[in-house]
Amino acid sequence: MATISMTVNGKQKSGDVQGNTLLVDFLRKDLSLTGTHVGCDTSQCGACVVHVNGESVKSCTVFASACDGGTVTTIEGMANDDGTLGVIQQAFQDEHGLQCGFCTPGLVMSIADMLKNNPHPTEAEIREGLKGNICRCTGYHNIVKAAQAAAATLSGAAQAAE
Amino acid sequence: MYNFEFTRPTDLSVAVDALKTEGAQALGGGQTLIPVLKQRLAAPTTLVDLSGIESLKGIRRMGDMLVIGGGTTHGAVAGSGDVASAIAGLTELASKIGDPQVRNRGTIGGSIANNDPAACYPSAVLALGATIETNAREIAAADFFQGLYTTSLEDGEVITAVKFPIPVASTYQKFEQPASRFSLTSVFLAKMQDGSVRVGVTGAGADGVFRHEGLEQALSADFSASAVDGVSVSAQGMSNDLHGTPEYRANLVKVMTKRAVSALS
Repeated sequence: MATISMTVNGKQKSGDVQGNTLLVDFLRKDLSLTGTHVGCDTSQCGACVVHVNGESVKSCTVFASACDGGTVTTIEGMANDDGTLGVIQQAFQDEHGLQCGFCTPGLVMSIADMLKNNPHPTEAEIREGLKGNICRCTGYHNIVKAAQAAAATLSGAAQAAE
Repeated sequence: MYNFEFTRPTDLSVAVDALKTEGAQALGGGQTLIPVLKQRLAAPTTLVDLSGIESLKGIRRMGDMLVIGGGTTHGAVAGSGDVASAIAGLTELASKIGDPQVRNRGTIGGSIANNDPAACYPSAVLALGATIETNAREIAAADFFQGLYTTSLEDGEVITAVKFPIPVASTYQKFEQPASRFSLTSVFLAKMQDGSVRVGVTGAGADGVFRHEGLEQALSADFSASAVDGVSVSAQGMSNDLHGTPEYRANLVKVMTKRAVSALS
């Protein structure tokens, strides 16, 4: 066992892990952050996507110890400070971008990373950017609309701030 | 997954020493190795994570070479202006690996050290005649790839950088196996500074990545799609699995080479 520590959603967290402890298991079992889901456990489905040091990764395919000293953001860190839904989360609700909701945390995290790198994506770029996330309910149409709506809201907010 | 001791040195020499331990294994981005460990197809006693070693990361142009650190992620290569201006085919290649999350972790050193017969990078490394730099020596691409999942790396040897000669023009044409996003058959085509044309093929060969001499000779003499038509690509030595017969893959070699020629014309 080794003691690791990292900043998770802005808070300092630490725990004792084995060498083979995956980041997703550390988040879910040690920190009780169960919003990050395990869909496939084979790096295919993207339900476990979180941000490590600002980049989206599949937390089922990263060791917890590899994130020692790092900064992690999970779906629990995406709401506004007052507890209301963040822009991307709200867009999913407004555009009916989810049905069962199992894949949604990973999709929100992937879209957040995508929009950070490309604030005005085309539909094709959104679909390409979501290649690592599988949804078996929606057919993706409303997920793409949610991403477009979030991009419009975030760029409008950025313009208003200037 | 079996348990192991996990170590994440920040210094290359510490990592190289740790890899001398019996049963030690290097970990790049882990996008192949972690799934392998989950399936219990490997059981290292110590995993030496290379991702904390900053000296293995980065992209720089040195004269007529582009040098990419072994620990550089596919995402960093795909997003690099230096790569795009020097070797556009590498930008195409890196941006088509897996998905964005895989690209944020997976590294060029990890990819070529694994030498998966359907991986993207080996085609560019072989076609461009890159040099693989390790902690111990330099290895020519032609000597590096030794068949399926096999390279000339010694136990514990770490890829520190890959040095690519900058071609006149290059492109990567990928025919993706849609479930795995590996190559079913893909072609890296480069027009070199000496006027020759190089064709690296991945995903097709039963022994892994290869160059196709017939296509290279034909395209060096006449850089056109009709020159590709005149070349016979044999199904002998091509992979055979549920996704494609050897004949199908042999045909794809020509199709993807033609697409590459038209992309550069």
